[in-house]
Amino acid sequence: MNGLVYTRYELLRALRNRRFFFFSLGFPLLFYFVIAAPNRHVTDFDGSGISLPLYYMVGLTSFGTMVAMISTGTRIAAERQVGWTRQLRITPLSTRAYFRAKLLAAYMMAGLTIVLLYGAGASLGVGLPAGNWLAMTGLILIALLPFAALGITLGHLINVDSIGPATGGGASLLAFLGGTWFPLGSHGFLYQLGQLLPSYWLVQAAHTGITGHGWPARGWIVIAVWSALLSLAAVYAFRRDTKRV
Amino acid sequence: MRAIDVSIERGEAVALLGPNGAGKSTTIDMLLGLQPPDSGDVSLFGHTPREAVHRGLVGAMLQTGSLIQYLSVRELLKMMASVYPSPLGVEAVLSQTGLEAIAARRTQKLSGGETQRVRFALALLSDPDLLVLDEPTVAMDVEARHEFWNSMRAFAARGKTVVFATHYLEEADQNADRVVLMAHGRVVADGPPTEIKARVGSRTIRATLPDADPGELAALAGVARAERRGEAVVLSCADSDQAIRALLERYPAARDIEIAGAGLEDAFLALTADPDTDTDADAPPPALAP
Repeated sequence: MNGLVYTRYELLRALRNRRFFFFSLGFPLLFYFVIAAPNRHVTDFDGSGISLPLYYMVGLTSFGTMVAMISTGTRIAAERQVGWTRQLRITPLSTRAYFRAKLLAAYMMAGLTIVLLYGAGASLGVGLPAGNWLAMTGLILIALLPFAALGITLGHLINVDSIGPATGGGASLLAFLGGTWFPLGSHGFLYQLGQLLPSYWLVQAAHTGITGHGWPARGWIVIAVWSALLSLAAVYAFRRDTKRV
Repeated sequence: MRAIDVSIERGEAVALLGPNGAGKSTTIDMLLGLQPPDSGDVSLFGHTPREAVHRGLVGAMLQTGSLIQYLSVRELLKMMASVYPSPLGVEAVLSQTGLEAIAARRTQKLSGGETQRVRFALALLSDPDLLVLDEPTVAMDVEARHEFWNSMRAFAARGKTVVFATHYLEEADQNADRVVLMAHGRVVADGPPTEIKARVGSRTIRATLPDADPGELAALAGVARAERRGEAVVLSCADSDQAIRALLERYPAARDIEIAGAGLEDAFLALTADPDTDTDADAPPPALAP
């Protein structure tokens, strides 16, 4: 199958980008050890009933994977700048195969982030039943779909000069409002707002591993609606971008 | 862009020659389906451009553009060969374009000329019947240019069709069977290179001559047109040897004399006369039928 060879090289390209590795994988990992290592014996973080190393493993996994997905935009913006997107238009490569390769590359980076942070968590004494690890990972992968679409949208809308701040700022804001850094509690404005954001449910997906409970219906709906809207945005941005002379 | 009507036969090597802004790139974009024409249509081997691209019938090197990073030259070619229905072997393309020596090098470490050669290799990958090149030699030094045109001619010798845009008369002359001369978005001449060369190869004389009347200057032997620019006069000549003799005989005071081959730009301007008054865009372009 032709798309496979194309995708394989797309993945290889993503793996060889060292700077990307450092910021996308190294940064959450570093942050994790800085926060969690000195506090590894805190068993009840902020009254959450969860140990601090576990809380931040989950939080930084959601942050790191979110960044990995949105960073697709950075790669796309760079490719657009050198005229590669235009070059692809004079090949038989289908739009579908193009998106599939981008999506898989993003998921590969997110997968690496997950493995690294789980490993880091385990090294600080985090232990969960196997079923909880799996449920958590599955829901994280689903909750990342809107972020993949967001990355593709930004990559086709924003130039390489401003893509860094756009993706970095966007990811930080979404992580903050989603409760990556501290619990949002169970009432109040931030809590209400958070429930409407995909990043909140990404964090909640990660918490599934702790509580053992999956998303309520509202979580599935929010993720589905954001995935659909951002996918439409991605298709629109791609079309608009490739129509331009 | 005005109305353009050009048919190209299989196996021809055609140069689109014209100054910047003549409409060469727009023509090529329409040919490749990157930009739809406002009216009329483009047909390649009986298909739409999009369909021809899907069948791997067309290979192109766009005017601007570089390569994606983090792959070697060979890997990039393998990646892109995989999207075509029946591509040439990557090793064959590497040898045809003289890239074997740098096949293992990462794309971000190539010089401008090497990058252009890789882009040429990408255009050859699908074993296209039509190769479209938009000012392909821009970033190349003299030697690279020479090698590039050799590869291109080897490709054309296999019965393939080549269309390239250039603003160098020499390139068009040496590498094309036919030259389509463009200016102001339309075709001003279309014929074999020798004919085009004769048309754009005129010279101009420029001299400081404050008191001469342009009407009288234009009447001098060998002068086609005369124009005053401040203290200077500019004579467009059909025969500059005859014209300079006549000028010095009639106006011994002429000084700061320069005789120059007309730039393509000037030649095109002369050929297109006054394009702004030509509102009849639907008229067939003036063609120099061979």
